[in-house]
Amino acid sequence: MARWPRDAASPERGEGVTTEAAQAAAARPANTGHSGTLLEVQDLRIHFPTDDGLVKAVDGLTFTLDRGRTLGIVGESGSGKSVTSLGILGLHRGSSARITGEIWLDGENLVAADSDRVRQLRGSKMAMIFQDPLSALHPYYTVGQQISEAYLIHNKVGKKAALQHAIDLLNRVGIPQPATRVNDYPHQFSGGMRQRAMIAMALSCDPELLIADEPTTALDVTVQAQILDLISDLQEEYGSAVIIITHDLGVVAELADDVLVMYAGRSAEYGTAEDIFDRPGHPYTWGLLGSMPRLSAARTERLMPIKGTPPSLINVPPGCPFHPRCGYTGLTSGLSDTEVPELREVAPGHLVACHLSAGQQRQIWAEQIKVKL
Amino acid sequence: MILFIIRRLVMTVFLLILVSMITFAIFFLVPRLAGQSAYQLAAQYVGRNPIPSEIRAVEVKLGLNAPLYLQYGRYLKGIVFGVHYSNGTDVSYCPFPCFGYSFRNQQPVWPQLISDAPVTLSLAIGAAVLWLTGGVAIGVLSALRRGTFFDRFSMGVALAGVSLPVFFTGLISLELFSYKWPIFPNVHYVAITSNPLLWARNLVLPWITLAFLYAALYARLTRAGMLETMGEDYIRTARAKGLPERVVVVKHGLRAALTPIVTIFGLDLGLLLGGAILTETTFSLPGLGQFTILAIQNQDLPEILGVVMLASFFIVIANLVVDILYAVVDPRVRH
Repeated sequence: MARWPRDAASPERGEGVTTEAAQAAAARPANTGHSGTLLEVQDLRIHFPTDDGLVKAVDGLTFTLDRGRTLGIVGESGSGKSVTSLGILGLHRGSSARITGEIWLDGENLVAADSDRVRQLRGSKMAMIFQDPLSALHPYYTVGQQISEAYLIHNKVGKKAALQHAIDLLNRVGIPQPATRVNDYPHQFSGGMRQRAMIAMALSCDPELLIADEPTTALDVTVQAQILDLISDLQEEYGSAVIIITHDLGVVAELADDVLVMYAGRSAEYGTAEDIFDRPGHPYTWGLLGSMPRLSAARTERLMPIKGTPPSLINVPPGCPFHPRCGYTGLTSGLSDTEVPELREVAPGHLVACHLSAGQQRQIWAEQIKVKL
Repeated sequence: MILFIIRRLVMTVFLLILVSMITFAIFFLVPRLAGQSAYQLAAQYVGRNPIPSEIRAVEVKLGLNAPLYLQYGRYLKGIVFGVHYSNGTDVSYCPFPCFGYSFRNQQPVWPQLISDAPVTLSLAIGAAVLWLTGGVAIGVLSALRRGTFFDRFSMGVALAGVSLPVFFTGLISLELFSYKWPIFPNVHYVAITSNPLLWARNLVLPWITLAFLYAALYARLTRAGMLETMGEDYIRTARAKGLPERVVVVKHGLRAALTPIVTIFGLDLGLLLGGAILTETTFSLPGLGQFTILAIQNQDLPEILGVVMLASFFIVIANLVVDILYAVVDPRVRH
């Protein structure tokens, strides 16, 4: 954990750091170009007081994202993925949520910034694509009105120019006859076209950070591939940093450079896509990989689902939150029942929050897990 | 869109014809089925304590012995062209549009309706403006400040508003603001054409009384609608675009929440235009409500028939307007 930047404000931060990400983070305040760290989340906690108790939806999350990179955030339902993304956009403001920690976007701490400033950044510097484009689009306004709305708010242009911009964007995301379709209402679009329109809306102000929250979950499989292609094409074209939130490891494998595996509101594992898919260190990641159907496997082979259910976010198990479902707790001499594992670097840039030693992780993965996949 | 309106208009015409048939049947077919003779039926058209010769005259004039379809045809003809009621010696003329002839008052019903309608119209429209703006505004604020003192207080008042009958709140307001503190003394109806200022001043109390009842209802409806729409995904999208909260609430939230309000508003207004019986009676406003009450008290069947036809006409038209508005508001209905 020592190598992971904890306190963005402290001057010593970055000292003795060997990972690339942390080095880039150290250079962040001076950085205004198109490389280096764009987003840095530090010890983010998002808690919701409810009648049943405090829901710790996100509890001490730390990660960084460089410009031009794609970060995949994976985890089961209720692991805090969506809450995190809404938190970055500041969409929990005005709700009962208690947010602590730091979210640095290009040198600005969004947690401490006032609401109006965050609002100005929303839609212009950071934008979001939602899961279900039918319910996420307003049924009473045309697609063109909804796309140009964001552009009008953040730029000093006339309605006509904004509509033309919307037509250009629709054209760019692959809507045929954009000049006429721009006047259609969302219900006149097909599911895939709606998601394209949603993407056009998110891109309208050329955001530096694009968050896609389960962008393909509500779509047909054939359309899913098209949308994923579109997102990665646009990322190359616009050079934005992208966060893809999903529970579909296939999507992550397709798009992500880096992967953050979340469990019970914390990061369980963080690394490059190669780290996560080729040499994962966390038993939870093994479980996710084992639950993924593979065409290469013989049909007689059963999937290896993770036992049990995700923990309640009100009563998170003591120690490692994953320990009740973990098959390797015996190797930690009881540590996993009592102590929360910190993120440790097992290889450069590859961090795992597990009490198993890096050697144990490598051994179990190679000898027991990989052979069964 | 134009096709949609034309289709609705045609349907409305059919609906009005159907309404006239049913109303006619209630007044002419049902008594016959119940075994009433034409003479007994005619007796009801003359008013209280009639003499037999009068009844005979009405029986002949109305043609109550003719087959029912002929009577209905004559009734429709009267509405379109006017009609002469004759028994050979004595002729009563009911000009276009003839919605019945009151033998008791010796005059056609329509001109009476026309002279009373502006009173009801003044009352209903003024109150409608008040309750729509007031109710929706309070509803929106309550929804946005859910659980606060403002929310609980206004919803408490709204509950009282829905529960208290108009004659109670109306009499209280008269007692307080017309007698005890005479801010609005001597409340009586003055035509807007003769003195607009006095017209408005004298209608303030009736407006507020009537609006209080409806505003309470609309505040609750708007609050529920806003709570629902503000939780929708497209509201989150609007916020994610960086729109100011005011735009999110009004342009995205209220716009969607208003659709059911528009529907109910049209129907409520249509219903009221047929006569706000309680309010008109409480404030002695000589509108259609008062007219209805008098007609019932006098057992003047042609007058009742006329006012029922007019009221149903208002409701049918209100339905038409609501349907068209719906298509204007919600594009999914249009396509």
